Amino acid sequence: MKQMRLVFGEMLCELGDEYPGLVVLDADVSSSTQTRLFAEKYKDRFFNFGIAEANMISAAAGMAACGLIPVASTFAFLIALRAGDPVRSLVSYNNLNVKLAGAYGGLSDFADGASHQSVCDLSVMRAMPNMTVLVPSDIDTARGAVKAMLDHKGPVYLRLSREPVGSYHGGDHAFEIGKARVLREGNDVTIAVTGILLAQVLEAAEELDKAGINASVVEFATLKPFDAETLLSCARKTGAVITVEENTVLGGLGGAAAEVLGENYPVIMKRIGLNDTFGQSAVSYRDLLNWYGLTAKRIYDTAKEVVKLK
Amino acid sequence: MLKPEEISRIAQELRITVLDMIYKARSGHVGGSFSCAEIITTLYEYFMNVRPDEPCWPDRDRFILSKGHAAPMLYAVLSKKGFFEEEKLYTLRQLGSPLQGHPCMFELPGIDMSTGSLGMGLSVGVGMALSARVTGRKYRVFVLCGDGELQEGQNWEALMSAAKWKLDNLTVIIDYNGVQLDGNVNDIMPLSDIESRLKSFGIHTFKCDGHNVEDLINSIQAAIRYDGPAAVIAKTVKGKGVSFMEGQSAWHGKVVEDNEYEQAVKELTGLLR
Repeated sequence: MKQMRLVFGEMLCELGDEYPGLVVLDADVSSSTQTRLFAEKYKDRFFNFGIAEANMISAAAGMAACGLIPVASTFAFLIALRAGDPVRSLVSYNNLNVKLAGAYGGLSDFADGASHQSVCDLSVMRAMPNMTVLVPSDIDTARGAVKAMLDHKGPVYLRLSREPVGSYHGGDHAFEIGKARVLREGNDVTIAVTGILLAQVLEAAEELDKAGINASVVEFATLKPFDAETLLSCARKTGAVITVEENTVLGGLGGAAAEVLGENYPVIMKRIGLNDTFGQSAVSYRDLLNWYGLTAKRIYDTAKEVVKLK
Repeated sequence: MLKPEEISRIAQELRITVLDMIYKARSGHVGGSFSCAEIITTLYEYFMNVRPDEPCWPDRDRFILSKGHAAPMLYAVLSKKGFFEEEKLYTLRQLGSPLQGHPCMFELPGIDMSTGSLGMGLSVGVGMALSARVTGRKYRVFVLCGDGELQEGQNWEALMSAAKWKLDNLTVIIDYNGVQLDGNVNDIMPLSDIESRLKSFGIHTFKCDGHNVEDLINSIQAAIRYDGPAAVIAKTVKGKGVSFMEGQSAWHGKVVEDNEYEQAVKELTGLLR
């Protein structure tokens, strides 16, 4: 297990020499986001903008227009909302090569409460034209996503977590933007997931297997562009879909899946996520997952329920 | 290099071009375009190192029209400079035209950053000025802000960062016309003593008459030579050159009617003679 933010910070350092145009910007949270690692190694290519996110992201747009590859890092909700207009008017509209790294995604800043938790960044960023949205689930996809976003030409929103994560891809860092990965094949139900709740999904799939239900597990590490083809092929096979995300059920993965299924191949569907609600403080991340039902148990129960409804 | 009186004449001619463009489009911001006619013309005709036949030349000086609604004036200057054919000017705001209501960098050659939503241009300029430092290029970044626009708090974030990084390759120009959409800046949300506010943010200031080209040249030159971030506060008149538009907030973005058009052309051509 390793903190995802540390994976992110180390990866930036690893790639610094390979990408001479890479510059990193932060808004006074570099010790939290771990961009401080890059700051220590590449002093002249790191810019701390202080607590001024809109200025930071607008400046990043200026840098991208001059050929640099700026990675602007701060808390996820600040990128999506505080700096929402610069993201829209400059980065997204002009299709600029700005990388937005949203730290502390979802409920992962568990102790700080609703003010710091990010429950709708995926919905907002998904709605921005030109924007690519990446949501890693573990060490492997986090490493892969950082490299992939630097190689991609155009704006990318990278949603990170504060939580320690494991490795669910056997150390394979290959990351193809726009391609969902089927991590487990099954015929009874499709469980689509984005982000670190993948761990809960894999646990639920194990338990379902013991109960005689074979679940397909599809990981959407790219939320946008959405891999409709993979979802549809799974839906055709299983006839039932559950989506799991650490975001409001409005407009994120659940929304994307519902749009695709509704227009192409309607099947029984349930969305697991935050039910149009804010988070709150807790002494552990686990307590929040339990409270909001973002657990293997809930996924297991929901799978059983949809299989019956088929 | 053109003489001040020649630049002055071009600016006045371009006011008529802009009036024609806006009259034909049946919409557009005439007041704020007229107030910055001399400023933008002076920048492109006197100061800026650009290549109209190579608009993306990496070493070019950058210009950001933070008050993006003055787009018609920028378009007229760019066309005059040779970035695109003059006929295109009269497609302003039409469906499919590269001359969007507000400047769009991927539609029109010569636009260094899309603007329109106010208060972001200075920040973009900070990013471009820092880029020059990272890449070792020698270009200069000019940002033209409206005065009403300075009500957006993000400008002050940008000024703080320009001072922090001592951006001597960034020149800010403020089109200080005192009028915004809803009325006088002093009534809507006063900027108080803008000079001392800028100074307290670490920005050196110069003041000039924004319609006097010689005065503009001297002040911008001084700002460029200053060893640190500097701003030129250019005192201007909104709707400059047309008696019934001057200083009137109603002319921020009003449609030009037939009789008003004729009267305005008369006044503007009269000033040319």
